[in-house]
Amino acid sequence: MSGAAVVVAGLGQPAWSSVPGGVVAQAQRPLFEWDWVVRNGGRIWDATLEHLYLTGMAVGIGLAASLLLAVVALRYRRLYAPIIAVGGLLYTLPSLALFALLLPLVGISVTNAVIALTTYTILILVRNIVTGIDGVPAEVVEAAQGMGYQRRRLFLEIELPLALPVIIAGLRIASVTVIGLVTVTALLGLGGLGSFILTGFRVLPPFPTQIVVGTVLSVALAVLVDLLLLALEKALTPWSRRKATV
Amino acid sequence: MPETVSQTMIELDQVTKVFAGTTDPAVDALSLAVPRGELVVLVGPSGCGKTTTLKMINRIVEPTSGTITIDGQDQRTRPGYALRRDIGYVIQQIGLFPHKTIERNIATVPRLLGWDTHAITARVDELLALMDLDPAMRSRYPAELSGGQRQRVGVARALAADPPVMLMDEPYGAVDPLVRARLQDQLLELQADLAKTIVFVTHDIDEAIKLGDRIAILNVGGLLEQYDTPAEILRAPANDFVASFLGGERSLKRLSLIAARDAELVRGPVVPADASVDEAKRVGAAEGVDWVGVLDGARLRGWMWLNELDPAKAVGDSPTRDFRVWIQADTSLRGAVDAIVNTRNQVAVVYDGDHYQGMLFIESVSREILG
Repeated sequence: MSGAAVVVAGLGQPAWSSVPGGVVAQAQRPLFEWDWVVRNGGRIWDATLEHLYLTGMAVGIGLAASLLLAVVALRYRRLYAPIIAVGGLLYTLPSLALFALLLPLVGISVTNAVIALTTYTILILVRNIVTGIDGVPAEVVEAAQGMGYQRRRLFLEIELPLALPVIIAGLRIASVTVIGLVTVTALLGLGGLGSFILTGFRVLPPFPTQIVVGTVLSVALAVLVDLLLLALEKALTPWSRRKATV
Repeated sequence: MPETVSQTMIELDQVTKVFAGTTDPAVDALSLAVPRGELVVLVGPSGCGKTTTLKMINRIVEPTSGTITIDGQDQRTRPGYALRRDIGYVIQQIGLFPHKTIERNIATVPRLLGWDTHAITARVDELLALMDLDPAMRSRYPAELSGGQRQRVGVARALAADPPVMLMDEPYGAVDPLVRARLQDQLLELQADLAKTIVFVTHDIDEAIKLGDRIAILNVGGLLEQYDTPAEILRAPANDFVASFLGGERSLKRLSLIAARDAELVRGPVVPADASVDEAKRVGAAEGVDWVGVLDGARLRGWMWLNELDPAKAVGDSPTRDFRVWIQADTSLRGAVDAIVNTRNQVAVVYDGDHYQGMLFIESVSREILG
């Protein structure tokens, strides 16, 4: 990890990578310095927002693209396996390699990061959307057809809402995955909580406080987003909570 | 035959369905006319194409060849979805939308047809009342209802836009026998009021006999073996297949279709309360029984053994025994027979809830079967 970091770090220096006030003479810093956190509150907040922004963009675009791909896969069943295969290939590509691969196309930019991050959501989201729609009971679809639903309205009004729990489950996995990956985009100099982790390693002596702050906040963000999506699911599927009372 | 055409609501003409990847037709050149306002039951063993036939009527399954006309119009002249909005559809698994409230479920077709909100709300109220469902259910979800309630919501949903035609695919297949009998009775009451043209699929011959104005008995491969009224099919099965499908106790099943009032009722061995013992003995002897019934005006008080009569008193002054079996005039003969065989004097008293109307003996039931 750190070896790769050194190679790619040359691609872009975070503007604030030369830590002001870094005390070189000190052989070892304490594990956590609260006053650093207090002094850098604004920067931490900005980095958190950058992190959320990149995550939101990637998951949002990933969801839109996945819905499109899922609709295609549902309509033309033969395309499902190839779509999943490509999604799986993208999922296995190391993120650093992908950033590098995209360099000639989009350079070092938010676009680069977002495209790369988005690709990690496709496999999960397409699979969960298709599985969710397939899981809608056949008799419900048959009844809807029998009542005179047309194809598109059946999808939007019946199938999609009933697939929501599975789709949101996919969104939760995708979001948590992406929040973890966004830390790597710090190597592109795009900010986010990863920049603290990166800096914490690169300065001499290492600066554990930054590593701790970046890591803890990234994990906290993942947990928070996961819980928010869970709450969203509960709010959107009121029917699934009420059970037979008779 | 112009009058036949106007009486027919659904007409299948040489309808064949061969599913992709198979060579044997699921339904083979089936022709069938469903009269307006009648409940026609398609019945047969699995693989007889009864459900396929039903689904071809609303084009969920497209026929391979042949034509189906509804109310004189070829059903292919309209888009499938538009056709289906005019046809009520009830399936065994009901298929209520789990994410929609009962109100929304019932309002499905009116909403698709673009009714305004007030009309829809009013219609939902009407249907909840019609199906004997608690209005408090409107805001519940299907998962909160019992199986029988869900089935009634399914029927309410199918009736929502008041379609002239209803298709019902084994609607009571998944509910327990008690609830099933109640739902069947409710359907018959409903049908007496609404007079929809209903095509009803079942594999249960007893259900077919109970519900059908006519029964179409289908054999494997969609071959129509017999199409007639239940009484006629039971009286004269067209062939061995139909006879074996009808099963045993065919005579008893026929009796279930005949009401007591339509059988031969007799006045029976009855005398007024003030009759003498001699008169009572004469009446008993004339009827060939050793007991006599005692009338209080238009009511039947009870009965007594002739040899128990006290010659010193009028008949009505001695205590009477109670008749065990009292049936209403619309009770089926099958029910009457079941009751009669459990009595000592081998008779059912027919009354209208108050007044004595006559007696039904096992012999007259037997004559009904033979005649």
